[in-house]
Amino acid sequence: MPALLELICPAGSLPALKAAVDGGADGVYLGFKNNTNARNFSGLNFDDAAIAAGVDYAHGKGRKVLLALNTYPQPGEVARWQQAVDRAAELKLDAVILADPGLMAYAVKRHPDLRLHLSVQGSATSYEAINFYRERFNIQRAVLPRVLSLAQVETVASNTEVELELFGFGGLCVMVEGRCLLSSYATGDSPNTCGVCSPAHAVRWQQTPKGMESRLNGVLIDRYADDEKAGYPTLCKGRFEVQGETYYALEEPTSLNTLALLPEMARLGIAAIKIEGRQRSPAYVAQVTGVWRAAIDAVKRDAEAYRVEPAWHSQLDRVSEGSMHTLGAYYRPWK
Amino acid sequence: MSLPAIPKPLARVVGILPAFPVSFAFSAAGNLAAWPTLRELDWSEVRGRRFCVRVRDLGLAFYFSVGPRGFVPEVAQSADVTFTATAEDFARLALRLEDPDTLFFNRRLLIEGDTDLGLRVKNMLDGVELETLLRRLPLGLGRVLLSLRERALQPA
Repeated sequence: MPALLELICPAGSLPALKAAVDGGADGVYLGFKNNTNARNFSGLNFDDAAIAAGVDYAHGKGRKVLLALNTYPQPGEVARWQQAVDRAAELKLDAVILADPGLMAYAVKRHPDLRLHLSVQGSATSYEAINFYRERFNIQRAVLPRVLSLAQVETVASNTEVELELFGFGGLCVMVEGRCLLSSYATGDSPNTCGVCSPAHAVRWQQTPKGMESRLNGVLIDRYADDEKAGYPTLCKGRFEVQGETYYALEEPTSLNTLALLPEMARLGIAAIKIEGRQRSPAYVAQVTGVWRAAIDAVKRDAEAYRVEPAWHSQLDRVSEGSMHTLGAYYRPWK
Repeated sequence: MSLPAIPKPLARVVGILPAFPVSFAFSAAGNLAAWPTLRELDWSEVRGRRFCVRVRDLGLAFYFSVGPRGFVPEVAQSADVTFTATAEDFARLALRLEDPDTLFFNRRLLIEGDTDLGLRVKNMLDGVELETLLRRLPLGLGRVLLSLRERALQPA
């Protein structure tokens, strides 16, 4: 039977992985402790021993473990990314999530049985692109960037055999996923090269008489009054002075929350729903996984009768970045 | 559900305690309670760095570093990274009832100074199994904290 609405949850540590499995995730995705993945933060992520323990735990309960290997190999360091593919195969991970075609070619050649997923960082938004990755590298699933409307997702879904995974919940990026170089202007680092959009070494927060200031490599990103919610210190979510006016010039910090679209996603045969947040703590993973498990179960039981419970929204809003949630690009009645 | 509140008179008394004995007591308590578990983490990147934990509602600040045998109180009142929150929020973080990013978004947790160092320690602590830590606490404290945690997890 093809996969339908599998719940894929994030883990930055072994306790987070266990929280996801205990909360009902069908799969957990994680990364190694280096720049081969896009949440390359100090102290975060898994060494071999932690992955082995996590795989044991998840497989013991019939759940999957996926490896995010979603940055681009850097000149002179390609071996690190190739070794990560080898380790994924040795550690018996259920799939690797790749963005770089060169790495896909390596994986197909060395580990033909290793299941490949196309990362959102691959930035494939058309069925032609996805079918190309299928034809050349036999990818089994593609994670779609959060830039398509549901009508566009439907067009992709009806023109490919590749399973589709959609983001369901978490922080929103500006709409150039997989192609964003914004933070490199301030820090020299970007997600595709270093695995971070705001490297922590460049981040400074300081309480000042004017409010809490958030700086990235000295550049003032935002200043929060005492009663304002704070956001992640990324350039895209800063408030900047443009022609004498100070405002969110690129994007306001908001979270994606697609609970309302689950019946439609089920109808389109979407294979999996991804929850963002490998940088978050086990408490977040437990809270969010529980809500999404309940919602997906409700849709699978009876899509017609499905209603979003207000308690689900309030639980998710509590842990969200920004003071509101949106349906992102998925809901654009005007296309 | 919230954890039990700290009585106001107690907050007033602890707020005027001299700084070093406070840091000393904090380090001693940390070593007794948590070090048997935390010693298993790789502290090499953190050695020699100075931390400050500032409890906003109690007016307390603990200064310490991490040495080979555990927490070491620091005399100098300066730190490479400072964490500021209320006593209840620190307790909620320690019991994994709350996610630090959630508290940060809501302005209940402030991390000043070396963000990378603060994040490293936060992530290292996230990697510790809560049950292991609590099981090793002295005086049956673990069972008390676990039952507090269970109670706090009940919907209001």
